[in-house]
Amino acid sequence: MKTVVIKYNAGNTQSVLYALERIGAAAEVTDDPEQIRAADKVIFPGVGEASSAMQYLKARQLDQVIRELTQPVLGICLGMQLLCSHSEENDTTCIGIFDEQVKAFNNAGNKDFKIPQIGWNTVYDLRTKLFNGIAENSYCYFVHGYYASKGPATIATTDYIQPYSAALHKDNFYGVQFHPEKSAAVGEQILRNFISHI
Amino acid sequence: MLAKRIIPCLDIKDGRTVKGINFENIRDAGDPVELGALYARQGADELVFLDITATNEKRKTLSELVNRISHHINIPFTVGGGIASVDDVNVLLQNGADKISVNTAAFKRPELLKELAGEFGSQCVVLAIDTRMEDDGEWYVYLNGGRVRTETKCLDWAQQAVALGAGEILLTSMNHDGTKKGFALDITGTLASLLPVPVIASGGGGNMEHFAEVFAEGKADAALAASIFHFKEVGIPELKTYLSEKGINVRI
Repeated sequence: MKTVVIKYNAGNTQSVLYALERIGAAAEVTDDPEQIRAADKVIFPGVGEASSAMQYLKARQLDQVIRELTQPVLGICLGMQLLCSHSEENDTTCIGIFDEQVKAFNNAGNKDFKIPQIGWNTVYDLRTKLFNGIAENSYCYFVHGYYASKGPATIATTDYIQPYSAALHKDNFYGVQFHPEKSAAVGEQILRNFISHI
Repeated sequence: MLAKRIIPCLDIKDGRTVKGINFENIRDAGDPVELGALYARQGADELVFLDITATNEKRKTLSELVNRISHHINIPFTVGGGIASVDDVNVLLQNGADKISVNTAAFKRPELLKELAGEFGSQCVVLAIDTRMEDDGEWYVYLNGGRVRTETKCLDWAQQAVALGAGEILLTSMNHDGTKKGFALDITGTLASLLPVPVIASGGGGNMEHFAEVFAEGKADAALAASIFHFKEVGIPELKTYLSEKGINVRI
């Protein structure tokens, strides 16, 4: 079993690598298309801004490499958003696996909702093996100012200002808006599910 | 629903915790990694590691420590203490820190906040403010660990800092710090209701009621404490159960 973590300019790769180590699933960080294509599992992390991340990926044709992957792929946070069709963050056309749109949180002046959302929120309506053994309304750690709308690919929902997609799934592609690598035991179980059961 | 956060703070000197004593269930409470991991298992939502080392060797020791922390701890953590440049922050984030906190250096050169937010994003830039209410009833900003007074008011600096890119405010009331008589509800509430970013209340938490107050009345998004956790005067699991029973949304 070989897992790779895609290296690019919006990576939060260290934390993801260490989390995989903790669950006994050591991975390699790479931006080499051959290594990415040859891996059993691909993790596409991300912390940062959508348009500069897409520019970087396109310049290296990594967007096309990702689009054509057939093994299980897990996008995390910005990685998940980049797998959607479009992001309002600097009006960015994304990779387009998921049809869901990425929009900016708008609290309409209600300061009870700070933007970005930072902290632990619950996930519910959990579907697919990614959430095996995870109780409804478990807490995961989120840090984001943009969210993916709900749609046919939604496999977990979180409420912040409105319900949105906490996780997405289509074919071999999965995405989570939260950071499993920072979500304590719940996050480790989700990573373990991705590595072992998908 | 977004949970209110409980954040233990660990003071670090030369790679060791300063106040971590009195723990039977870990081998080495002086080891920030062991103590941090214990808090994570007990349900802490985040950790803050505050480096108070004053030597030139500091950066290397700290970055090695941060690397070890991120290997072993499965919740987010912030690192602070003497951070003054983009390079300082880069090393810490590369070693796995989720956020960094800046204080005096940002006050002396507010552009630092803009540089950090531009380079790494506001979500990892925490501005720590030490503040004291004086006889005139106003809250003033203090620097250098509370030793140097400024003429700047706390709210003014907080608003300026957020406009420049601070993504979160860690607010310590010097009037309350160490008293165990409760958090500063007024200034915490002022900042929390006027700022568009989360506010972490610090200083004065002495019992479980104080935490309930700072969330309910102080409108804080998170509460930080050190010695009451280190000396087991308040346990994190009991605290969270208590808060939950009071109707405050916490992660259990």
